[in-house]
Amino acid sequence: MPHIKVDGVDYEVAEGVNLLHACLSHGLDLPYFCWHEALGSVGACRQCAVLAYKDENDSRGRLTMACMTPATDGTRISITAAHAREFRASVIEWLMENHPHDCPVCEEGGECHLQDMTVMTGHTSRRYRGNKRTWENQYLGPFINHEMNRCITCYRCVRFYDDYAGGTDLQAFGSRGRMYFGRAADGVLESPFAGNLVEVCPTGVFTDKPFSANYTRKWDLKSAPSLCSGCSLGCNTFASERYGVLKRIHNRYHVDINRYFICDRGRFGMDYVNSENRIRQIGERVDAGLFRPLEASDALQRAAGMIGTGRTVGIGSPRASVEDNHALRTLVGANNFCAGLGNREAALMALAGQLYSAMPEGAIPTLHEVEQADAVLILGEDILHTAPRLALAIRQAIRNESFAMAGDAGVPLWQDAGVRGHAQHAHSPVLVASMLATGLDDIAAQTLNASPGVLASAGGQIAHELSADYAAVDDLPDTAAGFVEAAVTALAAARQPLIVTGISAGERGLLEAAANIVAGLRSEECQPRLLICGAESNSFGVSLADAELAMETALEAVSSGSADTLIVLQNDLFRRADATLVAEALRRATNVIVLDSLANPTAEAAHLVFPAATVVEATGTLVNYEYRAQRFYQVFIPAGDIQPGWRWLADIASVQGREDMGWRQVDDVVRDCERVPQWSGISDAAPPASYRTPTGEKVPREPHRYSGRTAMVADVTLHEPKTPVDEETPLAYSMEGVNVNPPGALLPYVWSPGWNSNQSVFKFQQRVGGSLKGGDPGMHLAPLDNANAASTRDYSSNGDRQPSSSDAGNEAGFSLLSVPTLFGSEELSANAAAIRERMPNPYLILNPDDAARLEVTAGQGVRYAEYSLQVHIDAAIATGTAAIPVGMPGAPPWLPEGPVTLERDLDFTPPPTIIARG
Amino acid sequence: MEIQTGQETKPLTQRIIDAGGLVNLATYEAAGGYAAARQAITEMTPAEVRDLVKEANLRGRGGAGFPTGVKWGFVPPPEKRSLGHVYLVCNADEMEPGTFKDRYLMEYDPHLLIEGMIIAARAIGADVAYVFLRGEYYEAYRQLTQAIADATRLGYLGERLFDTDFKLHLSIHRSGGRYICGEETALLNALEGKRAQPRTKPPFPPASGAWGRPTIVNNVETLCNVPGILRNGADWYQLLGSGEDAGTKLYGVSGRVNKPGLWELPIGTTIRELIEVHAGGMKSGYTLRGILPGGASTDFLTTEHLDLKMDYGTIQAAGSRMGTGTMILMDDSVCPVAMARNLQHFFAQESCGFCTPCREGLPWLEQLLADIDAGRGKPGDLELLDKNSAFIGAPGNTFCLHATGAIEPLASALKYFREDFEAHIEQGRCPYAPQHIDKQAVEA
Repeated sequence: MPHIKVDGVDYEVAEGVNLLHACLSHGLDLPYFCWHEALGSVGACRQCAVLAYKDENDSRGRLTMACMTPATDGTRISITAAHAREFRASVIEWLMENHPHDCPVCEEGGECHLQDMTVMTGHTSRRYRGNKRTWENQYLGPFINHEMNRCITCYRCVRFYDDYAGGTDLQAFGSRGRMYFGRAADGVLESPFAGNLVEVCPTGVFTDKPFSANYTRKWDLKSAPSLCSGCSLGCNTFASERYGVLKRIHNRYHVDINRYFICDRGRFGMDYVNSENRIRQIGERVDAGLFRPLEASDALQRAAGMIGTGRTVGIGSPRASVEDNHALRTLVGANNFCAGLGNREAALMALAGQLYSAMPEGAIPTLHEVEQADAVLILGEDILHTAPRLALAIRQAIRNESFAMAGDAGVPLWQDAGVRGHAQHAHSPVLVASMLATGLDDIAAQTLNASPGVLASAGGQIAHELSADYAAVDDLPDTAAGFVEAAVTALAAARQPLIVTGISAGERGLLEAAANIVAGLRSEECQPRLLICGAESNSFGVSLADAELAMETALEAVSSGSADTLIVLQNDLFRRADATLVAEALRRATNVIVLDSLANPTAEAAHLVFPAATVVEATGTLVNYEYRAQRFYQVFIPAGDIQPGWRWLADIASVQGREDMGWRQVDDVVRDCERVPQWSGISDAAPPASYRTPTGEKVPREPHRYSGRTAMVADVTLHEPKTPVDEETPLAYSMEGVNVNPPGALLPYVWSPGWNSNQSVFKFQQRVGGSLKGGDPGMHLAPLDNANAASTRDYSSNGDRQPSSSDAGNEAGFSLLSVPTLFGSEELSANAAAIRERMPNPYLILNPDDAARLEVTAGQGVRYAEYSLQVHIDAAIATGTAAIPVGMPGAPPWLPEGPVTLERDLDFTPPPTIIARG
Repeated sequence: MEIQTGQETKPLTQRIIDAGGLVNLATYEAAGGYAAARQAITEMTPAEVRDLVKEANLRGRGGAGFPTGVKWGFVPPPEKRSLGHVYLVCNADEMEPGTFKDRYLMEYDPHLLIEGMIIAARAIGADVAYVFLRGEYYEAYRQLTQAIADATRLGYLGERLFDTDFKLHLSIHRSGGRYICGEETALLNALEGKRAQPRTKPPFPPASGAWGRPTIVNNVETLCNVPGILRNGADWYQLLGSGEDAGTKLYGVSGRVNKPGLWELPIGTTIRELIEVHAGGMKSGYTLRGILPGGASTDFLTTEHLDLKMDYGTIQAAGSRMGTGTMILMDDSVCPVAMARNLQHFFAQESCGFCTPCREGLPWLEQLLADIDAGRGKPGDLELLDKNSAFIGAPGNTFCLHATGAIEPLASALKYFREDFEAHIEQGRCPYAPQHIDKQAVEA
């Protein structure tokens, strides 16, 4: 390892990094703006200047930009030399010439990297006498505010948005001292990762719009380590609260998963917590849609009575924690427990588990490993809509070819502009097989649009051509041949190929083909990986549960009267099975108890509703797509009757006099979960409540400058409220204690002296871009025995697979396909106000021939059952099929397998065109 | 050794002088045109061409003076690069204030440039070449377009040149118009259709330039020197120079001289000879005070430097740069503060906007100078100018050398004409204002 000397002190540094990276890795305070660990160096801001000495005898030194200089062995530099300090102060003085003095009213104030760096360099008084430049701001949509006057022209926004995330509609305009960063015209930022601009911008140009509407200083936010509930990837987040309102979500660095960025659904979707649709009180239904509040003690008595009478069926949920599901399963018994997945989904998740279990160790990639793939095949999953952060990781994987070229040309890999300029459009191959065009097609070497059955056949043929162990597909359409050939060529040439698939298309064959391709690729030289996307935040966790009942069996049990009581945990059953089956079960059940956080049709049909805590109001565990168990922590104590699902269930059991659920704290439930072998290990996902920092304290949720504690509720009472005591977790509702490198799972926010912004994350990393000093959060479960992994096992079930020709239309009607939609399909985030603004109108995609047959044109309406959907026309979709954004408000929550009738909706009125937005 | 009688002494301009204007294809061929290109392609290996130019000691005429043959040698040999194009780019984005030498060559002898490019392409193995032409140079565009068409028609450009496998496709790219495009990597970005911002080095263009491929960027005048070297040899070229450097140079003088203009002279001609002999001396009533020897982005020299030879080493040793060799003179009627302000206005306006010192620092300097010029200067302003100039101008403190060039005339003005700056601040007015007006009236 190279050694460098900084101000006379010797430091060991990583190979192949630049001096800024090296200095920050050792915790040295060196100001910078344009550099970002994920974006590399470009040398635009000139802020990180240090004095570099030629050799031991050089005492003068020469100003050098640390971010642009390799940290080679023997390098000697000074950060503190007067000349370097003065130059850095000058850079700030130049940047501040035009920066407005609006810190007191700027949303970024108190966590502004520009403020931090200004203070660090010591620039305090203004000598520039000219006018400040001013700009008109743009409307950029419901997520992001634009305040260009604050811009210091670091270029980070466009480098993230365009270079890193593949956006095209945010650009650098103008030149000289008149640089403008925005869109060609006002309009919604198109990238699904635009929200990261909030954290990428070192000052207040791009700010979080929903947060800005009612912003709180970072020092006044109460925060806890949380998890995104938007998909199965398990991105780590900081969730922050004040006044009982979830204020915002920020990225929480996890070295293996999301690192520095999350998607907009994750950032802006959590606002469902503040939704007017929240269930906040216990209710007893007195009439259709009419509930009467109940005292908790009464409600628990009622519930205990309901359960006591006969057989009770419990339906869990892939969006509820492991603990909640475990509590329900314990309450009703494994024989009466359904994991809450629909029949098809449950079968696919079981298959996913089976396929994963056959993989050797290391074959299921972390998101960071996805970024290292040198060839990617995406088989039938539109990941930008079902696992968005994964799409961002794949955008980085395409750069591996350019890194290889840069390495050959002697260009340091962190030299971002150099690498991009040299490699130009050279990409590692990405092949996208999907039902419709996807948001990754722009980087795809080749695409194939076909129905899921045909895509599965194409996958099967790829497996066959890679390995003779797999049978050829004889009914593959000619149109797929070119894609198959390109995929085989690209994958066979790769050393770390990645196959991505998922369950959203509802097609077993996709998963089987993906697994076969991976098995067919494996060799001494080739380490293929398989990634299967689930649908929800705990799809993988709940699929591990010992659940005897399939969804339709559970509903049948209730409808047939074999069970009289139904308990539904955080699940809208209409999204899991045919509406008639669900409605029948809800109607026939003597008692329906629902525990949920948001009103939904299932809850409305309940006799008794308990308000369940959301991810930010409870502590629990979710299991992501790689079977990584991760803990989320209660951020704040919710108002009203809200309690975590497991606690309601334990309370009911307690009223019943049962002793096996006498859990007092979440740790008790976690320990109990360990008894389920598949969940074994989840206690290690995070430290127990008894954990104390080396100073013997709990980790504070509040920063040490948290203000207003005694006055916050002065409008309600003049008495200072008692600080809540958190007995459940190692976190405290307090500003006492220090947040210095706690275990990674307990990191409630990042802050370090002099570093108020999110850039302080480097103070918590072992080295820049490395693991957290306190250890990385989460624990990989080993739920499945992969000792008998047979690499050549054939998972194709050709007998079961529907021949692809059956996808073609027939006179009997249309077969419906699900098209997941980033903003809308996901149940919870669809209740967030900003997400709602981005939702398309409920739609249905038809082939032009079918549209002609139905006598509709784009923009007109089509009726399916009770749903009226706006017609989109897309030639990529097969005749006889129609695609619907299932689960989006206004669209059907569930699709039948058989053919359905569609007809033109003559009453359809197109939604109004919005001509102005605030 | 001396130049033999009958040998060329003005290889760049003699044909233009003889023709009394435009040298068309027939005239160019009649004067031996394209023989050098034929020789380079049919009789010489690329290495021999490079070695000859290296031996001749041709140095880049765009201003930096880098040895051309050495630069050509930086292109990785075919066995060390992947398959694909090698590009030759002629930097014809002549936007240096006071400079008009390349324009002259392109407007009057476009085939000389084309032949130079054919030979250069041979030397580096380029198959595609571009002339990156200043957008305002419409006449040069017209003449070059005609010349390229003529040369293509006769088989000097295109496939199978001189019945060999060698091919060269030459196109003109008219610049959208930014001074920074003269910086070779900004030029390449602009050529690719990107923002005209300079690039990080490494990679250097010879290894990775246009579209990531090996690329050589040469100035117009540099390329125009090449055919002569092939025709007459390295020794002849060395003898043409009158000092350390070799060859001839297009020198220009602008300012209040009797005969402002452009001349091809042995490189190393003294400043005094340029001003007093070729430019006819200062206009009567005006006294020379300052000289920007090689364009706006070079340090001021003064009358004490008149006897210096205009070559790369001599001018550099005096604290300035020969640059483009086309000097701007400042006489005693010109307010140095106003001139510095005017120059800073230009450089601030032409900053690409990428790095902080240039983007934000130059406008501040301009504003300080405007204040001083208008009598609003304050004590301490000169120290601010000094400190900022030092930080902005030091090579390496900014991303490219644009700001370094911008600071050269300012820092040297502050050194040589400091009393003028001080007088502005002390008097709260421009001391030149009345005198300036008087002289203007006399002139009129």
